[in-house]
Amino acid sequence: MADDHDLTAARPPISPSPDAAPFWAAAARHELLLPYCAPCAGHFFYPRAFCPSCGSRSVEWRPVSGRGTLYTFCIQYRSNLPGFVDAGPFVTAIVALAEGPRLMSLLVGVPADPAAIRCDLPVEVAFVDYDDGQSLPVFRPAG
Amino acid sequence: MSTGVAIVGVGEADEVGILPHKSAPQLHAEAALSALAHANLRLSDVDALFTCGLDFMPSLIVAEYLGIRPAYSGTNSIGGSSFVAHVHEAVLALRAGVCKVALITHGETRRSNRRRGVSGRPAHDDPWVPDWQWERVYGVATPPPAYALAATRHMHRYGTTSEQLAEIAVATRAWAALNPRAHKRDPLTVDDVLASPWAVYPFHVLDCCLVTDAGGAVVLTTAERARGLGVPVVEVLGSAVAHTHHMISQMPDLTETPARITGPAAFAQAGLGPSDVDVAELYDSFTYTVLVTLEDLGFCAKGEGGRFVGGQRTAPGGDFPLNTSGGGLSYTHPGMFGIFLLVEAVRQLRGECGPRQVSGAEVALVNGMGGYLSSAATAVLGRVA
Repeated sequence: MADDHDLTAARPPISPSPDAAPFWAAAARHELLLPYCAPCAGHFFYPRAFCPSCGSRSVEWRPVSGRGTLYTFCIQYRSNLPGFVDAGPFVTAIVALAEGPRLMSLLVGVPADPAAIRCDLPVEVAFVDYDDGQSLPVFRPAG
Repeated sequence: MSTGVAIVGVGEADEVGILPHKSAPQLHAEAALSALAHANLRLSDVDALFTCGLDFMPSLIVAEYLGIRPAYSGTNSIGGSSFVAHVHEAVLALRAGVCKVALITHGETRRSNRRRGVSGRPAHDDPWVPDWQWERVYGVATPPPAYALAATRHMHRYGTTSEQLAEIAVATRAWAALNPRAHKRDPLTVDDVLASPWAVYPFHVLDCCLVTDAGGAVVLTTAERARGLGVPVVEVLGSAVAHTHHMISQMPDLTETPARITGPAAFAQAGLGPSDVDVAELYDSFTYTVLVTLEDLGFCAKGEGGRFVGGQRTAPGGDFPLNTSGGGLSYTHPGMFGIFLLVEAVRQLRGECGPRQVSGAEVALVNGMGGYLSSAATAVLGRVA
């Protein structure tokens, strides 16, 4: 069964792109910061310097609540990807944030067992810290 | 109705399966020569080439290898659906008069490449390309987890079950048993599928397509010229292509694929509907891919795919002949399957399928699904009396 320890041990490399650097800098401070489009009056994901809904360049960075629901999940029993080779079974998830956007993540704090996980479960953000100062946003069942 | 364009020849490489002794360009060429012979045409007749999946400049490599100098070429690369999209593009090119004979080829040694330590495809190694930082860091860089995420949502929303997914694998294997070139031909039961190990939940290993080496090709020309070739004429009655995302986490609704766009568009062009289809060839990268595509093309209502495939309805002898070659699940799947959907559909319409022939097949529906449920390409094909 995967637990937080297994995923903390995992070290998938992160290479922030220039247009996403604020997201990763915030994650290192354990904050979830998303781009926000003023004309659309809403957050979007993933980060670009323009809004993919309306094309506006009036984009700013604003924090989100870190709360949402488990839109869907899968359980990976083995993976050849760097950082996951020795992770054991782990739960990959798509989370729907309370603010609307969906993002890929990991679900931690639950057994990697389909009987223990249901879509639409309330979740909240957590962070896996790397030795190099980076942090990876993940999600756990809301407390 | 018709687009005025016909498929006049299809072919596979001389052999398909595990081919460490064959190069990818060789598989392109074997399939091309086979398809041209099937069309009563020669390499020198070809003036347009469509291909992808081979290195960085695939049309240059393949055209040179074949010894042709096409006036037009296309390398649209939208995943396994690409070759069905190439049909759509060949139709546009032929109708525009920029070419007279279009050749589509695919050849890939995905299985044997592993042992040689090569990928055969352009390197996907720039970490600033979005999926690197938004999906790969969460363990998603290949189709299995992506399609699994979609399937889980469908199962949650519509009550789709593992048993229903398994029905598709079992029916497809029964068709493969009738195809001497199929990679897997042993009988399969629903219990066998459910007892196979998890690949990635909710998929068992037997819910997932093969990885093989293979090649395929398709030849198109105008319907007018087709009538003089002395071969059965299969017209492209309608075709459409669409894509909605690249990363699975950007898919607008994980339970609806772009086939919901391309299906109605292709049927409308053909002036036909789902009830007119005699045989369907739907990309089966996973059992779930077939189930959701049946819904999105309109063969059943949204959410009803699981019930639709129950009771081996899609197996030989069932009332909905589906993936009659044995599909990517049991026949062959060299990384992309789209060309083989076309090969089988045309053979069915020409009545060349021997023991697996669907009697009286006059209309075939082909649907390619590519990427991470990202792209769909649909073609409605019809035999001309």
